Amino acid sequence: MLLSAAVFTIGVFGFLSRRNIIIMFMSIELMLNGVNISLISFSHYLQDMRGQILAFFVIAVAAAETVIGLAIVIALFRNKATVHVDKINEMKG
Amino acid sequence: MIPELFFAYFAFAIVLFSIIVITRKNPVHSVLWMLLLFFHIAGLYLFLNAEFMAVMQVIVYAGGILVLFLFVVMLVSLKEEIKVARFIGAWPTGFTFAVALFIVILMSLRSFVAGPQGKYTIDLIKSESNIKVLGKLLYTDFLFPFEIASLILLVAMVGAIVLAKKRFKG
Repeated sequence: MLLSAAVFTIGVFGFLSRRNIIIMFMSIELMLNGVNISLISFSHYLQDMRGQILAFFVIAVAAAETVIGLAIVIALFRNKATVHVDKINEMKG
Repeated sequence: MIPELFFAYFAFAIVLFSIIVITRKNPVHSVLWMLLLFFHIAGLYLFLNAEFMAVMQVIVYAGGILVLFLFVVMLVSLKEEIKVARFIGAWPTGFTFAVALFIVILMSLRSFVAGPQGKYTIDLIKSESNIKVLGKLLYTDFLFPFEIASLILLVAMVGAIVLAKKRFKG
């Protein structure tokens, strides 16, 4: 559980601090993985399968989220020609 | 003794690789370190008697998601990426926030009480195999969430196509 917390925290740090939006998505994946580690270890120690089922759904949703996120990155890059979040600061079309 | 050593190795490797992933300058290196990270997490899952989840980790994350990341990293340009600073200007704020969150989680762990033990003991899972138990549960008790997950994947597929499509004029 300490490990899970550590991975989650590193993910949070990466999400808040990186300039490149792709690395920010990787940080989200890191956070989800930290939660998954925690779920599966609970599933093992409490001898219940529900943790693994939940982790399974987390993986499915993470896949969907990554697909959408990367599609947004591609659309953004086509319009703005940058992947740095501090240059993408306007919401005008 | 041996299991503790195994866990210590995997835990150390996972934390180390996570830090490496978010600090590399070149996103391609970052993706490749992440591949190694995912394999280590899969190893940890094997260690926790979750064979199916370990396989899913390797197939979905290492096989699918990382290839997707690699494609996008290759599509967007890398030339000026190497030159600029890695972190945004306000990164100490993010670091402080992350450390504070870590401390809060640690404090809350101290008051943790384990719940009641479930009925899926290791012997029962061994006698039926992990995948069989998981599949039975997935198609009986968790049928509705399972269908919703398939719907989410469909929506993601359609959404990605719509978002990444070039807009034609006229």
